[in-house]
Amino acid sequence: MSPALLYTGSGIILFSIGLHALLVHRHLLRKILAANIMGSGVFMVFIAMGVHGDSGVADPVPQAMVLTGIVVSLCFTAVAIVLAVRLNKLTGCTTLAVDEESSID
Amino acid sequence: MELALIFDLILLITLIALAWLLLASSDIFRAVVLFIAFGLLLALAWVRLGAPDVALAEAAIGAGITGALLLVGLGRLGSAEHYRGTRTRLTFLQRLSAPVLIGVMIPSISLILLLELSLHASATPGQQGLVNVLLDVSGTNHGVTAVLMNFRAWDTLLEKGVLLLALISIWSLDQARPLFRQNDISPQLTGLARLLLPIMIIVAGFVLWQGDHAPGGAFQSGAILSAGILLAILVGYTLPTRRQGLSLRLLLAVGFSVFLLVAAATLLSSDYLLKYPDSLAGSLILLLELVATASIAALLAAAVVGGHPPDDLSKPVDRSSAVNGGQT
Amino acid sequence: MALTDLITAFLLLGSLGFFLAGTLGLLRFPDLYCRLHALTKADNLGLGLVVLALMIQSDSWQVVIRLLLIWLLVLVAGATVAHLIARKAQQDGHQPWRR
Repeated sequence: MSPALLYTGSGIILFSIGLHALLVHRHLLRKILAANIMGSGVFMVFIAMGVHGDSGVADPVPQAMVLTGIVVSLCFTAVAIVLAVRLNKLTGCTTLAVDEESSID
Repeated sequence: MELALIFDLILLITLIALAWLLLASSDIFRAVVLFIAFGLLLALAWVRLGAPDVALAEAAIGAGITGALLLVGLGRLGSAEHYRGTRTRLTFLQRLSAPVLIGVMIPSISLILLLELSLHASATPGQQGLVNVLLDVSGTNHGVTAVLMNFRAWDTLLEKGVLLLALISIWSLDQARPLFRQNDISPQLTGLARLLLPIMIIVAGFVLWQGDHAPGGAFQSGAILSAGILLAILVGYTLPTRRQGLSLRLLLAVGFSVFLLVAAATLLSSDYLLKYPDSLAGSLILLLELVATASIAALLAAAVVGGHPPDDLSKPVDRSSAVNGGQT
Repeated sequence: MALTDLITAFLLLGSLGFFLAGTLGLLRFPDLYCRLHALTKADNLGLGLVVLALMIQSDSWQVVIRLLLIWLLVLVAGATVAHLIARKAQQDGHQPWRR
């Protein structure tokens, strides 16, 4: 079993754990955390697939893209948190509306 | 079984367990702290995969700045689940939908990836060789920096745009509120800041310089600088009001603007976006990295503070509405 | 096996002991202040031994100085963070544990 395969598999597991939590949890901060874990899983698959042979060095192109990805996921987190704080200020909620009756008026 | 492989296994099991624990934990503060630990361990995984640049960025941005963002957000949101109206109980099928979706989707993705990986590994050697061949004309001596600032510089250009857009959305949503109570600064922390700030500035410069021939570069350096700015804010430093207007905005936008100017100039002179003239490549990359570092540092710190500077600069900020940053 | 390797192994084993003791304290001590004590004291020494082991293995003095700097920074930062946590706990009214 090669390390690349091991890390690819783990990336997929991290992604699915994150996706599950994103769907199941209600608190917005938990959803943001879950999306971050999903992102980390994707990055791991990406980098692991760029490892070729026994060189032990990852391909520079996926590395550069993941670097960009980390910054973009930080942007996502920052905007999502401010949106959540704004929603909380306007409605007093820390979750999204769960059904018709509880929608924001 | 190799020793290294055992280490990988332990690391990955810890990572997955941490991810599971933090997402399942009942206390959100605990979840955020575990997330920071997760980020630091993930940096170790990047080192194991031979990607030290990503490891540096993960530790500084993924764990550090994101952790600060989450802690500030938690302080403002509170950890209780507040919702309006009645909450309907989920039906059995609704409960089942998430596991079914994941159960169908994940195995299919894994299968595709596995097939791809088995074909891919033998067929193509990757872009490592190509990058090494082109390194001589790239204006830098480190593969990842060459890809970021030269070969795929449009990615970096757009990413600077995303960062600026994110801050514009943050500023348009809210006014900045102080991160803590003013009368609450520990003298110990002030002493630490005095000691650390000069060191952080030197380290940021070193990391930026290092990016020319070894792992490092504008992102990592900018993240270290922004951590320094946040430390300064935490010990009570505020930007003078006369600097909160145009000067601050110029600093935030300079990275993206200079990048755009260079992109336009290269498009006009060579018909290709961001194709630098060979003789100028090194200096152009240095210029772009310098302005990018300054902008990234300011943008990240501003994103953690969250919200635009007060509209009426003559009025003092209302300190009473300070959030409670750390809760135990 | 060279003498330096032997010393390195010895130092690493020593640091392992400190980390184990620190972790045990973190898990088993009764209140926040005791746990902080266990964490900072044991981990600082544990890290110190790891850094010392790496210094012996490194072949340039630049690396040695960088390692030393890392250890000193961790010491300063660790002490300050422990102080801040304890201060916050005291302000929130956490009573120290008594037998």
